[in-house]
Order: sequence, then C-alpha cells, then structure tokens
Amino acid sequence: MRRYLLYVAKRLAQFFLVVFIGISLTFFITHLTPIDPVEQMVSSMTAFGNTSPEAVKMMREALQELYGVQGNLLEQYFTYLSRILVLDFGPSLSAFPTPVSVLIERALPWTIGLLFTCTMLSWLIGNMLGGLAGYFRNSRILKVLGAVAMGFHPIPYYIIAFVLLILFGYLWPILPITGGSGQNIPQGFTFEYITSVLSHSILPALSIILVGIGGWFLGMRALVSNIVTEDYVLYAELGGVKRSRILPFYVIRNALVPQITGLAMSLGAIFNGAIIVEQVFSYPGLGRLLIGAVYSADYSLVLGVTAISIIAVSASVFLIDILYPLFDPRVQLT
Amino acid sequence: MLKIARDLFRYNREFALGSVLIACVIGIAALSVFSPYNPLDTYVVPPDVPPSWAYPLGTTSRGQDTFWILTFAMRNTLLFGFTVAILSRLISLLVGMVSGYLGGLADRVLMSINDTFIVVPLFPLLVLFYFVMRDYMSWALLALVMASLGWAYDARLIRSIMMSLKEREFTRTSVFSGMTTRQIVLREHLPYVLPIVFSTTLNNINWSIGLEVTLSVLGFTNLDTPTIGTMIFWANQHSAMVSGVWWWFTFPTLSITVTFIGLFMLAVSMNEYIDPRSRLSRMGGTTS
Repeated sequence: MRRYLLYVAKRLAQFFLVVFIGISLTFFITHLTPIDPVEQMVSSMTAFGNTSPEAVKMMREALQELYGVQGNLLEQYFTYLSRILVLDFGPSLSAFPTPVSVLIERALPWTIGLLFTCTMLSWLIGNMLGGLAGYFRNSRILKVLGAVAMGFHPIPYYIIAFVLLILFGYLWPILPITGGSGQNIPQGFTFEYITSVLSHSILPALSIILVGIGGWFLGMRALVSNIVTEDYVLYAELGGVKRSRILPFYVIRNALVPQITGLAMSLGAIFNGAIIVEQVFSYPGLGRLLIGAVYSADYSLVLGVTAISIIAVSASVFLIDILYPLFDPRVQLT
Repeated sequence: MLKIARDLFRYNREFALGSVLIACVIGIAALSVFSPYNPLDTYVVPPDVPPSWAYPLGTTSRGQDTFWILTFAMRNTLLFGFTVAILSRLISLLVGMVSGYLGGLADRVLMSINDTFIVVPLFPLLVLFYFVMRDYMSWALLALVMASLGWAYDARLIRSIMMSLKEREFTRTSVFSGMTTRQIVLREHLPYVLPIVFSTTLNNINWSIGLEVTLSVLGFTNLDTPTIGTMIFWANQHSAMVSGVWWWFTFPTLSITVTFIGLFMLAVSMNEYIDPRSRLSRMGGTTS
C-alpha cells in the first residue's frame, strides 16, 4: 500500500507539472507575443465614433487590469498563475457581466457527458472488434471491418462531422443537426427531454466514435496477433482450454494493458476532436463556447476555456494513471 | 531503394494504394504551375457554374475556377504538412536521442516535459494563439508553432529505440574504440532510427494537415492563403450547402480525405516494412 501511495504521489506531481507547463504556455502566448492585446482592444473599440481621451485612458487601465499586464513580467506571471489557480477569470466580455466561470460551468457537463460516453464506447467497441480480428485472422467479415476502420481512422474529426452534417442535414434530414436539446422542451428528468438530448447527441457522438474506433481496432489487432503466438497461449490451447476462455482471459486481458496507457496518452487529442465536433453541430459544450468567444473577441472567456481544458484533460489522465495498477499488477510501483 | 519500392508496390496492398493516392494528390498540386489564374484574384470567371466541360469542377461563388483553386489549395496544404513534419522531426530526434542515450536526470527532466506536451490539449492553445495574433497570423508562423507543439509523441518512440540501441554490443565497441558521444549517436545510431522517423513523418503530416484544415475552416488562419481548409471556409461563408453549390465543398473535402487515407496507408506499410515480424507473416512464413 505504501508503494502505491508513492506511485500516486509521483503521478500527482506529474499532474501538477502538466498543469503548470500548460498554464505557463498560455501565459507566454498571451504576454510574450509582440502584439499588445490591450492596444488591439482599445483600437477596435475606438474605431467606431469619437471617444474622449479620458475615456480611452480609463478603458486602457481597466483592460490592463483585466489582462493582468501591470507590473514587470515576473509580477504579471505570478498574478496570472494565482488567478488561474483559484479559477477566477473575471467577467465575460461578450456576456457581460456573467462571470466566465459560470459560463464554463454551464457548458462543462455537456462536454464531459459527450466525451466520456464516446471515449468509452469507441474504446470498448474498437478493442473488442480488434481483439476478435487479431484472434480470428481468417474471418472475412473482420477483414472487411479492419479495412473500414483503417479508412475512417486517419480522417480528422472536422471532416467526418462535416460529411455527416451534409448527409443528415442536407441529403437525408432525419436527425437534428444543431443544439443539445429541442428548443421548447423544459430541462428536467422527463422522458421528452432525455430523448431529445439523446437524439441531438447522435451525430456528434457518431463523428467522435467513427474516428475513434479505428485507432483502437488497429492497435488491438496488432497486439493480439503478437500475443496469440506466445508459448503460454499455445500451451493453453494444447491443454484443451476452451477458446471462449482463452480469448478473453489469456489474450485480451494482457493486450488491454497497453491500450489503457494509450487511452491516457490520446485523451488530449480526443478532447481536441470533441471541441471541433461540438462547433460543427452547435452542441452547447466547451468547444462552441471557445470558438464563439474567439468570434466575439472575448479574451477572458478564451483564456478561461483554454485553462479549464488543460486542467480537465490532465486530471482525467491522472485518474487513469492511478487506476492503472488495478489492471496491471505487474506495474512497478516505484 | 528503387527495388524495395517496387517489391513493396507488388506485395504490399497498403503501399500500392497509398502511393497511388498520394501520387494523384501530388499531381493535382503540381498542376498549380499551369494555372491560368492568380489564386488571389476573384471574379475572373462567371460565378456558381456547375461542373461542365469548360469548368470541370465548376466555379465558386467568388468567381474562381474550382479546379485551379483546388490545385493551389492542395499545394499549400501539402507544403504546410511537410514543413511542420520536418521541423518537428528535428525537435523529436534531438529530444528522443539525447534523452535515450544519456538517461538519468536529463532523461527524467526531458520526459516530464515530453509527457506534458502529449497530454496538454493543443487545439485550445492554437486557438488562443490565433486569438492573440489575429491579423498577424501567417502560414509560416502557424507551421512554426505547430512544429514546436507536435513533436512529443514521436520523441518518446525515438527514445525507446535509443535505449535499446544503447545496450547493444556495437555501442560498447564504439565507446571503447574512442568515438565521442556525438559520433556514436550520429554515425552509429541514427541509421537505425531514421526508418522509424520516416514513418512517423507521414503520420505527423496527417496530424498537422488535419489541424490546419480544422483551424482554417473555423477562420483561425490567414484566410488569403488558399488551402483546403480556407476553401471550405469560404464555401461555408457563402452558404454553399444551402444555395446548392455542392461542388465547392465536395471536391476539397474529397481530395483531403484521399490525402489522409493515402498518407495513412503509406505509414502503415512503412511500419510493416520496418517490423520484420509482420513482413514475415505477410510472406507466408511463420510468426512465432
């Protein structure tokens, strides 16, 4: 148990490092680029009509405080870090005076719900089919499935979502293509609301799952086709262990371990994909919030969503990491 | 080299398919040299003409010939992917080889940073970058930023290869015969690492093109440079889907999909070629 706690502590340190480096990157991007965001905002605001010099000065000071660009670079850095650590991003500029954190709180459940379901589904389906394809290598159906998975896998999320949008929004409009639920349905645990949410999530989910399955399928097939040639599998077969037992307990159990690591490593990429898919289908999650914030030049909202994304993704990776020893007792808890 | 390519083409279906697809795509991009129009000019042909003999892929609502603008877009997109891949390969080679060969504290520090770059969601960072740069965003700048963000996964791969190479007999022989670390790494180990770098290059091109298309479609790049992404952006901007100008967004989407599948097939076949186990099983030998 003590070794496990040490392992958790090390993972926790890595988690903080990721958050620290990620947040620092956002600082460098916003503060070390030659473009001054304050001047840009001031010039875009004064472009229309006459503004008195005093008003411009006040606006500049207010913006400087908001962007945290007072004092020297080191001071700026520390105020920046401390504000992000308490998740204080100030009020949103486009939905003034709603705080950024409220907007994010509203969007986060949608993203987490969509992302969690899709990631689990594509991971499970991909690994199951991949495991079967690696074990029954001469099956015609599984070979065709492999070819399909290979075809979908390299296509970026945006293109898949876009094609689904064309197919189901334009050529054969049977599924809702925008929003997270029907417009006139009150929120709550009613049958109507839940089916509406589900039907609205079909296309976004399908885009994420179609891209996701391929990677897991191909990885699992390669892993399993290596494991079936191992001596212990041959021995079990010769010993008369049933195939229905060998495949799940002898082969897939071992092949799953690297796939769990793979899940932790690709979570960031899946998150990127979900953000884009949300935008295509106007799904009310973090992605639409982020992209909408860019269009409406809402600095604090862009920064807030970016910071939350970094924290959320690295927290999920940390979670997978600390559960990992449960799946692989061989892991060295050092 | 040529003989290997010929054999691969004959016996490896993925390689054959991939190289044919990529040859088509590069062919289209190369045709941009013969374009009668400047890609930045608009309203040079009648707008919204469906595909016909005069305009094989129709014309856009901005009065451009879809086919010729597609050639420019394909060229820029491919060049972009290639630039990002080359630049990020340099970083991942450096990090992976140094970390794998030196080990110890240097390895631990480098890998902590490396893992951070694997985990951090890059898309919001790129969006933030665009948000700050706005009108100053250019093709080259985006390539540079993406290269400095997209090296981590492959650096880890290179590191693991370096670690096993380090334990091999010939490394010790080179050390004892007085070669410097730099000489050993560059002359003895690099040749083993390069084939794998080649296959990761193809995957990295895919990754960077995918991100570029996504950013452009959302309008987060320099929209004057014709790329596949900006083409779809302008089509969306003119509501091509609603007004029935289907050829404007169908052909770029189709050609970029072909590019992705082609590059991916090539990468898969390269991986198989590098891994002798799967090569054997393909040739009908035993795998055990």
